[in-house]
Amino acid sequence: MKSTVFCQKHIDLGAKMVSFAGFNMPVQYEGLILEHEHVRKAVGVFDVSHMGEIWVRGAKALDFVQWVSSNDASVLTDGKVQYCCFPNDKGGIVDDFLTYRIKADEYLLVVNAANIDKDWAWLQEQNKNFGVELYNASDETSQLAIQGPLALKAMQKLTNTPIEDMEYYTFKYLTFAGVPNVLLSTTGYTGSGGCEIYFRNEDAFKIWDAVFEAGKEFNIKPIGLGARDTLRLEMGFCLYGHEINDTTSPIEAGLGWITKFVDHKNFINKANLLKQKQEGVTRKVIGFEMIDRGIPRQDYEIVDANGNLIGKVCSGTQGPSVHKAIGTALIKAEFAKTGTEIFVKIREKALKAVVVRMPFYKGE
Amino acid sequence: MEVLANLKYTKDHEWIRVEGEEAYVGITDFAQHELGDIVFVDITSEGSTLNQEESFGSIEAVKTVSDLFMPVGGEVLEFNAELENDPALINTDPYGKGWIIKIKMTNPAELDNLLNADAYTSLIGL
Repeated sequence: MKSTVFCQKHIDLGAKMVSFAGFNMPVQYEGLILEHEHVRKAVGVFDVSHMGEIWVRGAKALDFVQWVSSNDASVLTDGKVQYCCFPNDKGGIVDDFLTYRIKADEYLLVVNAANIDKDWAWLQEQNKNFGVELYNASDETSQLAIQGPLALKAMQKLTNTPIEDMEYYTFKYLTFAGVPNVLLSTTGYTGSGGCEIYFRNEDAFKIWDAVFEAGKEFNIKPIGLGARDTLRLEMGFCLYGHEINDTTSPIEAGLGWITKFVDHKNFINKANLLKQKQEGVTRKVIGFEMIDRGIPRQDYEIVDANGNLIGKVCSGTQGPSVHKAIGTALIKAEFAKTGTEIFVKIREKALKAVVVRMPFYKGE
Repeated sequence: MEVLANLKYTKDHEWIRVEGEEAYVGITDFAQHELGDIVFVDITSEGSTLNQEESFGSIEAVKTVSDLFMPVGGEVLEFNAELENDPALINTDPYGKGWIIKIKMTNPAELDNLLNADAYTSLIGL
C-alpha cells in the first residue's frame, strides 16, 4: 500500500487509518461528525496528497485539453480553475478532475487518486495525435485542503500575497510559510470555503507544521476522509465510483453544465453526448431525502410504489449538517422530477424517500 | 478500550448482562469505537423470539452498517427507546445507557458458549 508523506503524522494524531485508493489514509481522528461540523463552522485540514497531478505542456496543450476534457478550457485565463470530466468513447466517464491554466501552453490536471494509472494511460493514448508533453507529478507532489469559513483568514498569516479576497476557482503561486512557489487555489470539496495548496514533498513537514501553528487561534483540526465524504455528499458533489463511473455519462450524471457543446471545441464522444442532451436520457442521477427512517447506502435498490426496480443508490449517508438521511441515485428519468416519491430497499423493506434538488446543504 | 469483568461477550462484539432469566444486550466499547459515530439503530425484532446468533437488528454509523446478533436465544422484550432520539449513547456509554435490547433467555445454558472478559480482551488484541 502507498502512503502520503504525512502518514506518520496521522498515526501520531491517533487517526483511524484505512486503505483508500491504494493509500493508507486517515478516515477519522476525533470523530466523523465532530470533524464534519468543525469544517462547516471553523477550519479543518485534509491530507489529499493522494490526488494525482498531471502536467500538460507545449504549443498544442490547449488543443489537447479541449479534446480530452468535457469543459471548454478556452475560456480559462491564467490563474483560473475549471471543474471537468474526461468522457470516454463509450458514453461513460474516465475520471473527473480540475484543470488549472498556468499559462497559454501549460495546464495542470488534478485527478482522483484511484484513477491516476487509468487516466495516465488514457491521456498517453489520446496524446498520440497531439504530441504534447505529459508529466505525471503525482508521486512528488503533496496537497493539503484547508477548508472552512475561517480557512483563508488563518492561512493569510502564512503569506504576504493577499488570498482572502480571491474569487472561487482561482489560484496563485505564492511564498507560503517561507516556501516559494506554492500553488494555492480557492477550490475544495466541502462547500464551506477555503483553499487547496500544492507543494513538493520535501517541503511537506514545514508546511504542515506552519498550517497548524497559524491555525491554532482558530482551533484548526485535522479532518479525515470520512468527513470529506459526508461534506461533499451534502453539497451533491460527484464522487468517482459513486455518481460517476465508466458507464454513466456526464449528461446522465447531471454534469451537463461542465459539458460544453460549442463549435470551436471537439472532444471525445461529443456527438453521442450532444444527442443525449438534445433527445434526453433514460436515466438520471438525482438527490433524495429519506422520509421513512433508514440510511441509504451505495447499491441499495430503488423501487417505485408498486415495487418495480427503477434504479440504485450511488451514495448515501446520514448528513451531519442537514440532520437527515440523504443520498444520490441513478434512476429512470421519469422518476427524476423533484418531489417524486421513491422507495429505497433497506434490509428487505421499501422505505419512502423523496427526490429533492441538490445541494442538500444550503449554508447556515 | 473498556472490557467489563461482569459481562459475557460474543466474537461479533455484543455484550450481555444477565439479570435472572432476563438480560440486557449491547455492543462493546471496542465495537462502538470501530464503528464511529452511531446515527441509527434499526430494531425490528421487538416481540419476536430469536435463536442464538440470529440477527435482531442493525446499527448504522455514518459510513457503515452492521448487523446485531443475539448472544443467546430469547424473546426480545424491549428496545432501548432512548436510542431513538440519541443513538450516540452507544458511543458515550456502551455498557450503560447505550444498552440496545432487553431479552428473556430461552436457554441460559447458551451463555456457556460466550467469551468471558479475558477471552474477549485477547480477541480484540488488547
